Amino acid sequence: MQKKRVVFNYPSHLVDQPVISKLVKDYDLTVNILRARITPKEEGRLVLEITGKRSGLEAGFRYLSEIGVETQPLAQDVKWYVDRCTHCTACISVCPTQALDVDRKKMEVSFNRDKCIACEICIPVCPYQAMEILF
Amino acid sequence: MAKTIEEINEKIRKGKAVVFTAEEIIDVAAEQGIKKAAQEVDVVTTGTFGPMCSSGAYFNVGHTKPRMKLGGGRTCLNDVPVYTGVAAVDFFLGATAMADDDPRNKIYPGRFSYGGAYVIEELVAGKDVRLTATAYGTDCYPRKELETFISLKDMNEAVLFNMRNAYQNYNVAVNLSDRMIYTYMGVLQPKLGNANYCSAGQLSPLLNDPYYRTIGLGTRIFLGGGIGYVVGSGTQHNPNVARTEKGVPKMTSGTLAVKGDLKMMSPKWLRGTSFTGYGATLTVGIGIPIPILDEEILKFTTVKDEEIWAQVVDYSDAYPQFIPGSLGEVNYKQLKSGKIIVHGKEVPTSGLSSYLKAGEIAQILKERIETGKFFLTQPVELLPSVDSGIVYKPLKERPIKKHH
Repeated sequence: MQKKRVVFNYPSHLVDQPVISKLVKDYDLTVNILRARITPKEEGRLVLEITGKRSGLEAGFRYLSEIGVETQPLAQDVKWYVDRCTHCTACISVCPTQALDVDRKKMEVSFNRDKCIACEICIPVCPYQAMEILF
Repeated sequence: MAKTIEEINEKIRKGKAVVFTAEEIIDVAAEQGIKKAAQEVDVVTTGTFGPMCSSGAYFNVGHTKPRMKLGGGRTCLNDVPVYTGVAAVDFFLGATAMADDDPRNKIYPGRFSYGGAYVIEELVAGKDVRLTATAYGTDCYPRKELETFISLKDMNEAVLFNMRNAYQNYNVAVNLSDRMIYTYMGVLQPKLGNANYCSAGQLSPLLNDPYYRTIGLGTRIFLGGGIGYVVGSGTQHNPNVARTEKGVPKMTSGTLAVKGDLKMMSPKWLRGTSFTGYGATLTVGIGIPIPILDEEILKFTTVKDEEIWAQVVDYSDAYPQFIPGSLGEVNYKQLKSGKIIVHGKEVPTSGLSSYLKAGEIAQILKERIETGKFFLTQPVELLPSVDSGIVYKPLKERPIKKHH
């Protein structure tokens, strides 16, 4: 089994299609939708965690590419500017997945992008604009 | 055996001064004992790096040709208005000042992504900022308009002047209401969703000299990466609060007014800061050396996080309505562990003051002293302490009757 955190970009003509349902039924994938948004131009943007067999994942992503859904790893969209971070720890109590975490001995903050679900809760909480999510 | 500042400076000159940070001294004193440590150790360095709103800088930008009197008109740096009610080309920029067209909280919560503090950070980083001014014109100062780029090196003087910094202890902020609130203590989640604190605890300057036995007017300090001086107690300095047996205030207490040459400072230690829904402010790095003149002073510097207590305050009602009282006391060891118990509920904690950076400052100051780059000063006057009779007053309003 493999797990991937990805961002899907839907063109407007696919917004009313049951793409996720097809991924689940035809490719035997488990899908956890973390965020979903349709822009005013009717393009769709989804953040999901997909779990499945390697073969299923490969076939599923092939299908997505054929119908015109662009995919990219979530990590690319989340930025932690370490030089702006003062390690104050303001983000630590609100990050729901401990992607932002602190070494309690040194009180040093770290960011593990694999754990980030791009919920954006940290954005208004960081007084130093150290977090940026392009979503 | 008591030491003097002059004796300590002599050891610094010879490169023989024994210096520890306020974190390191805890173990040193535990190993050697207070008596021996007080003899061996010359200086304990402290540090803090947190948002401090009562900060700002004054400038003299030099005279234009023809001359212009900025006062009485309007002057801005990068569209942020400055105070010009002094002589012709002197002005003061406050950390929390913001541009007239900043939307503030009109779209709630506002972002406050720019303000006086950011102008200070950019100037210290060596960047050009826009100086724009209009004035009314006089016979001796006829010019009425000015628009120019200016940088720190172009100015005659640029002085960081903070009227209240380095609070000795602070509140722990929580939110008892059922909606998110946006405060100067950060974003507070509803129903005790989080607790925010703001002190460097055992590294914090005034917590290591709780009765101000060594700190006062004229104390040379690390300020914003450069050299600064304590110029007296800060505004709201309030030594007469509840203290622990060891003399550590259990709530907001002493404060410092500080100044220093902005041209010697670094953007690493003066940072523009934005509190969503509240405003912009300046995060200031301060480090204060404590001369170990006797055993009592050494003993004070060995204070540990678990011996420093702070009050938990509700920022949804008690704080804004100025209703005294506390939801309980917690110590900094508990706060730094990541959770505290309030009203029987486990509440996750966050800091606003960086303990990591406070430690870095204490370390830098230690190295500067060890290598003979930083000498201690004898304060001209110590900060008012518990015997000063200072009473911290709220504003007593005396309504002005309207005559028709």
